[in-house]
Amino acid sequence: MTRIIVVTSGKGGVGKTTTSAAIAMGFAKKGHKTAVIDFDVGLRNLDLIMGCERRVVYDIVNVIYGEATLNQALIKDKHCENLYILPASQTRDKDALSQEGVGQILEELAAKDFKYIVCDSPAGIEKGAHLAMYFADDAFVVTNPEVASVRDSDRMLGILASKSRRAEQNLEPIKEYLLLTRYSAERVKIGEMLSVADVQDILSLHLLGVIPESKSVLTASNSGIPVILDEKSDAGQAYADIVARYLGEDKPHRFIEEKKGIFGKFFGSK
Amino acid sequence: MPTNSPTLEFKSGSFSVPILILFSDDLKAIGQQLQEKVDLAPEFFKNSPLIFDVQELNKLSRAIDIPALVDIIRQSGLLPTGIRGGTTQQNKEALALLIPVYSAHSSTLTSADTQAQKQKIIEPEPSVNASATIITRPVRSGQRLYASGDLIVLAQVSAGAEIMAEGNIHVYNTLRGRALAGVQGNVDARIFCSDLQAELISIAGNYKISEDMDMSDVVSKKSVQIYLQGHTLIIKDII
Ligand SMILES: Nc1ncnc2c1ncn2[C@@H]1O[C@H](COP(=O)(O)OP(=O)(O)O)[C@@H](O)[C@H]1O
Ligand SMILES: [Mg+2]
Repeated sequence: MTRIIVVTSGKGGVGKTTTSAAIAMGFAKKGHKTAVIDFDVGLRNLDLIMGCERRVVYDIVNVIYGEATLNQALIKDKHCENLYILPASQTRDKDALSQEGVGQILEELAAKDFKYIVCDSPAGIEKGAHLAMYFADDAFVVTNPEVASVRDSDRMLGILASKSRRAEQNLEPIKEYLLLTRYSAERVKIGEMLSVADVQDILSLHLLGVIPESKSVLTASNSGIPVILDEKSDAGQAYADIVARYLGEDKPHRFIEEKKGIFGKFFGSK
Repeated sequence: MPTNSPTLEFKSGSFSVPILILFSDDLKAIGQQLQEKVDLAPEFFKNSPLIFDVQELNKLSRAIDIPALVDIIRQSGLLPTGIRGGTTQQNKEALALLIPVYSAHSSTLTSADTQAQKQKIIEPEPSVNASATIITRPVRSGQRLYASGDLIVLAQVSAGAEIMAEGNIHVYNTLRGRALAGVQGNVDARIFCSDLQAELISIAGNYKISEDMDMSDVVSKKSVQIYLQGHTLIIKDII
């Protein structure tokens, strides 16, 4: 059975595209046939993060309008043979997407035995974001530890619960997971950021993982390699944990506490 | 289409549908009161199915004109989907308008009941869940809920969410959004919650915003109740 995962947030710039690229690569590396779809028509950048921007010929809008087949538009990833990217169009606007067209693409991917389909949502609650989440089975709600981002995530959760296909057809609701990204334990400690507990208290959502604020994310996106492939980096490890947890492995949470110095290690309280 | 897949299937389901019980045949007054009711919660009533019950009128031998009544109901945005307690002639008229006929309620209201019911126009169908609506999932920012009886929420109500009930509101979790009880004017309605951090609370139109809430008697993260004393909202711990 295919699982459709939407990576969503409401707010922009919180790490949706970074997350979509990382987890799609994570699933593929674990041996699952995976597709990642950029729904950010007009502002596409998933292909940049995935390092395939120079191989884009056709995009999702071409497929919807019958100007290309899905096979022609899907780009095979150069690092992992189980991974395919369906880029967004840079030249069309968001209204070029239609619910029927998106539904057909997802059906076709399911028929091609894709195990996971990751939908990278644009910011906002407009058409693109709506279509990215409409067919989802699971939602990865990407949130930064600050009040505005948490509020937008809450709003998006309301939309998932009322405007999705599962809600409209009275099916089992979308499974919702919290991903807290760009987390800085140091800044939480001095009160500049909400803590994991604060965010969970406000959203009451199952925490799938915490991704620390990390320079490795920028380095990775500049070189077009999803950060999860940087196995030495904290952010890469955090995403690997998230993929493992989602697939049912039991991994304790990391990156929540401040890194302790040598004295902290020996004498610090837990 | 493959021939072995079924084209259709009949299932039986039970729904809670509002019933409009009429005590007057004054079409103008009916139209006005319906509109007032609908205006209170337009989202809730818009395109709502409605069964109208003319039993009480017929007891007084005042046979209302069905096509005119149907017209008035439709004008208020409700969709009449059944008649109850009609005369043979009325049922015929309703059927001519493609409105199904339901058999009248076996237990007719006593006159004392009638007296008590006169204020209310729309009666929810008596059923196990008619008096309380139970919500088990969080009510998120941007979501609105309306219950025609009591509203019981077993999860949190987020900031930016709005819950309304004609009766009492119970939130067995944190209440951060707006909660409005007794929205049809029931001054005895109360709000209960296990952690009060609401943006706004209101009973029968008397409201307080979070800035004005007197929390001196209230320990945060403890269960409280809110009720009306005169026109003042009282917030008290539940011991
Ligand atoms: N964990 C992180 N640490 C540091 N920077 C991050 C992290 N996650 C995302 N970023 C940066 O934040 C910006 C927005 O990320 P992006 O994934 O494009 O967000 P979105 O798709 O939600 O708009 C990018 O510049 C990205 O490099
Ligand atoms: Mg993005």
